[in-house]
Amino acid sequence: MRIGVITFPGSLDDRDAARAVRLAGAEPVALWHGDRDLRGADAVILPGGFSYGDYLRCGAIARFAPVMSELVPAARAGLPVLGICNGFQILCEAHLLPGALTRNAGLKFITRDLRLRVENARTAWTRAYSGGDQIVVPLKSGEGAYAADPGTLAGLEASGLVVLRYADGNPNGSAAAIAGVCNAAGNVVGLMPHPEHAVDSLTGPSADGLGFFASVVAGVAA
Amino acid sequence: MTVDHVQPFAELGLTPAEYETIVDTLGRRPTDAELALYSVMWSEHCSYKSSKVHLRQLAAKAPRSDALLAGIGHNAGVVDIGQGYAVTFKIESHNHPSYVEPHQGAATGVGGIVRDILAMGARPVAVMDALRFGPASAPDTARVLPGVVSGISAYGNCLGLPNIGGELDFDPTYAGNPLVNALCVGVMRPADLQVAAASGPGNQVILFGSTTGPDGVGGASVLASATFGDGASAKRPSVQVGDPFMEKRLVECCLELFAGDLVVGIQDLGAAGVACATTELAAAGTGGMLIGLDAVPLRDASLGPPEILMSESQERMMAVVEPGRVEEFLGVCAKWDVRAAVIGEVTDTGRLVMTWHGETVVDIPPASAADGPVYARPLARPSAQDALAADDPAALPRPADGAGLRADLMALLSSPGLADKSWVTDQYDRYVRGDTVLAMPEDGGLLRVDEATGLGIAVATDGNGRYCRLDPYLGTQLALSEAYRNVAATGARPLAVTNCLNFGSPEDPAVMWQFAEAVRGLADGCAALGVPVTGGNVSFYNQTGTVAIHPTPVIGVLGVHDDVRRRVSIGFGPAGDAIVLLGRTAAEFGGSAWAHVRHGHLGGPPPAPDLDAERRLAALLAAAAAAGLLSAAHDLSDGGLAVALAESCLRGGTGCVVRLPGDPFTWLFSESAGRCVVAVSAGAEAAFGHLRDANGVPGETIGAVGGDRLDVESCFAVPLAELAATHTQTLPALFG
Repeated sequence: MRIGVITFPGSLDDRDAARAVRLAGAEPVALWHGDRDLRGADAVILPGGFSYGDYLRCGAIARFAPVMSELVPAARAGLPVLGICNGFQILCEAHLLPGALTRNAGLKFITRDLRLRVENARTAWTRAYSGGDQIVVPLKSGEGAYAADPGTLAGLEASGLVVLRYADGNPNGSAAAIAGVCNAAGNVVGLMPHPEHAVDSLTGPSADGLGFFASVVAGVAA
Repeated sequence: MTVDHVQPFAELGLTPAEYETIVDTLGRRPTDAELALYSVMWSEHCSYKSSKVHLRQLAAKAPRSDALLAGIGHNAGVVDIGQGYAVTFKIESHNHPSYVEPHQGAATGVGGIVRDILAMGARPVAVMDALRFGPASAPDTARVLPGVVSGISAYGNCLGLPNIGGELDFDPTYAGNPLVNALCVGVMRPADLQVAAASGPGNQVILFGSTTGPDGVGGASVLASATFGDGASAKRPSVQVGDPFMEKRLVECCLELFAGDLVVGIQDLGAAGVACATTELAAAGTGGMLIGLDAVPLRDASLGPPEILMSESQERMMAVVEPGRVEEFLGVCAKWDVRAAVIGEVTDTGRLVMTWHGETVVDIPPASAADGPVYARPLARPSAQDALAADDPAALPRPADGAGLRADLMALLSSPGLADKSWVTDQYDRYVRGDTVLAMPEDGGLLRVDEATGLGIAVATDGNGRYCRLDPYLGTQLALSEAYRNVAATGARPLAVTNCLNFGSPEDPAVMWQFAEAVRGLADGCAALGVPVTGGNVSFYNQTGTVAIHPTPVIGVLGVHDDVRRRVSIGFGPAGDAIVLLGRTAAEFGGSAWAHVRHGHLGGPPPAPDLDAERRLAALLAAAAAAGLLSAAHDLSDGGLAVALAESCLRGGTGCVVRLPGDPFTWLFSESAGRCVVAVSAGAEAAFGHLRDANGVPGETIGAVGGDRLDVESCFAVPLAELAATHTQTLPALFG
C-alpha cells in the first residue's frame, strides 16, 4: 500500500507524515508540487507547513500547484485524501472541503496538546476510532479558526460531516469548536491538529494519532 | 568632490589611526567602496578587535577533544557524536536590532544563526532563544517582548525548526537594551563538512538567495551624503526584514547542492554582507577574487558599490563552484526557486578586486580587511566591586515561620523570571520534524538523531547576569555549570560549549575588566569540565548612555544521549518514588532569586562553583539514566530546592512530601551550585545508592513523590492547583 505525501515549497511536516505512514505499515511516496503525477498512490496526504510562505492567504497559492490538477479529480473520484493544518487550508482553498480557516481568536500562534472528540468514525481516515472517542493530539497553528456560513455549518452538522471537535474549550475560535471536517463521501478529510505528531509517546503527547493512518491502510487493504 | 576632501571615516566608525592603516596598506586613499568595506569589516561586530586578545585563551586552554571536527574561527564548531553523525551548534546575539524593531530584529536573528549552521554543511534541526528584558511591568517591555516572541515564532515556525528551549528573564539593567540571543543546532555526516574558502583559480563565485536591497546600510548613506551632498541618497533603514519562506527554500537548496557535491566553498551572508563574504572567502582560500558588482541582483536599482557591499539583506549565501558544475548548480537553485548569479571568480593575484560599470572600485589584499585590528583595551576592576561584595544578603530579613516560607515560595513562583513561560513557548512549534523528545519547560532540549539506535543530542543555555555582576569570573563558571548540569539532567553526556558574551562598551575599562574575567572564567571552567568551546559570539555596547547591562555571558552546552528512549524528564512520576537531593547545600544567597524578588537586593559573593563536583554529578546522572534508575531529574538553580520541587510537581502533575534535613530557609532557597533533585524508581534505590557512592556524589533522601500537594513537612503545604494558578497567571496578566 502506497500513500503519497505532497511537498510544496514551504511544506514542513512532510517528513513527519511519511514517518506516520511507515509506522502504520504503509509505504510513503514523495510527491512533488511541480509534477502532475500522483505516482500511483492509493491515498494522499497534504502535510502541514507554510506552503509558499502562506503569502496572500494560507493555501491560496498551493491550490494552483501542478500536482493539484491531478489530485482534485482523483479526490472527487474517491481517492482518500487527508489535509493536515496547511493541508486542510489547501483543501478548503481547492473547494474539496467546505469552509475556510481564519486567524486564531487570540491572534497568536498556538502550540498546545489538546483533547479532541471523534464525531465521525466512518470516514476513510477515522475508521480505526469509535464515535465519541477522545484523543490527545497537538495543535500548532496561527490561522486555525474554522469558519463557514451558517447554512454550510448547519449542513455539516446535519450530514454528520464534522469529523473532530475540540473537547476542552475552543482554543482558536473555531465555529462550533470544529477541528476537522470531511466531504460527503468521507474520503477527503481535513483537520487543523496534527495526528502525525502523536504517533509515538517518545516524541508526542500520545500515540492517539496513529489511527488516522491505520484507518486508511485498513480501508485500502480491505 | 576634490582629492583633498576629508573622507567620512569617522562617521563610518573608523578611528583616525584605523584610517591611516588603510591608507598605508593601500598606498593611497581608499575609494568609497573600499572605505565602506573596511569600515564594516573592522567594526567591533565583525572584527572582534577588542575581544580577540582575550578569546585566544578559549582555544589555548581548551581540553583535548577527539570529537572536535571544526573549532573556533569557523562559522560554527562541529563535533563528532558517533555512529557516523556530527553536530554543529552556535549562539549569536541580535540585541540592538531587536530593541529598534522587535519583531524583525528577533526574526532575522533566527535567520542569521540558521545560515551559520547551514554554511557548515549541516541540516539545521532546532533553535533555542535566550531572552532578557527590562522590568516585566515596564511599558517598553510590553512593546519589546511580544514583538520579539512573535518574530521568533513567525520566522522559526515558518522555517520548520522546532524551538526546544531557552531562557526568559527580566532585570532593570536590560530596560534600554534587551538581550535576544538565538541558538541553532544542525546535524550532518562528518564527510559533509563544508569550508568557507575560495580555492582554485578560475572557480566561479555565485551569490544566491534573496536579492540585495538597502537593508541595514544606514552607514552607507553617511558616505553618500558626505560625497554627493544631502538628498542624493535616501536615509536607509538600519534593521533588516526577514523572509522565512525564502530561507526555507535556501536551506533545502543548499542541502541539495551539498548532496550533489557541487560546492567547493560556501559562506553565509550576515553582518557586512557581500563585503564580509568576499573578503573572508578570499582570505581563507587561494587569496584572490575578481567580482563584478554589476552582476549582483538588486531589488533597488539606485544602490551603488558601497551600499551593495554593506547591505545586510537577509537569506543570501555565496558559493564557490567549479566552472563545469555551474550549470548543475543553477539547476538546483531553479528547482527551489532560488535566484542565483555568477558574480565573479577566484584568482591567484592575492588581491580582492571589484569592478562597477567597467571601473575598478575595490583593489585590496583581502586578509588586511578580514583580519582587522587587534586592541588590548585598558581594563580596571571597578572600585564599587568591593562594596558590592561586602553587601552580604545574610543581613536581609528572612521568613520567620512556615507561613513566611510559603509566601516566599509563592512570590518566587509568580515572579516574571520564574513564572510559567507557556505564554512565550506556546507560540513556538516544538513538534515539527518529529524528533523532539524533551522541550521547554524541561532542563534541556533533547532531540532524536537516529530513529533506529535512539542516538540523540541535548542542548541547554544558561546565563545569570546577577551572579556575573557580583563576580564575572565565578558567574561565568556558574552559567557554564548550570548549562552543563541541565544537559546532564536529561541523561546526556556534555560534549561541547558555545557562548554569546553580552557586555557593555569595551571602551569602558570596568566593562573590559568584566569581559576579561568572564572569558578567563569560561576558559578555566571548560578546561576543568573537559568540554571545549567550539565557537561563539561577542556583543559589546549593550548599554544605555553610560550605564552598561549586567555582564551576561550566555553559555550553551551540547551533549550526546546514547538512547533518547532513556531520557529523564523534570516531571515527578509514580507515587512512592524516593526523592533524593544530590550535592551539597550551604547558605549561599548572593545574587539569588530570593534576594532579588523579595528584597530587590544584589550583593555578596555568588554561590561557589565546584567544577569537579559538577563532573561527578553529570557522570552519575548519565549512568543512572542509562541504567533506567530515575523517574525524574531536575537541576537546582534560581530559587533553589523550593522552586525545583514546585516545577517537578507541576510538570508531572503529582505532588510530593519532603522533610528538610536542616534550617528550612537555607534548604529551600539557597542556590548552591552542583545540585540536582532526582526521583528514584521503585526498587532501584540500592542500585542508585551504589552508583552515587561510586561517583562520589553526596546526597540524601528527602521524601517521596505522591499526593496532590507540595508538602514540606512541619513547614507548609500548597495544593497543586494553587501552585499551578500562581505559576501560570503572571505572563498572561502582563502581556495579554
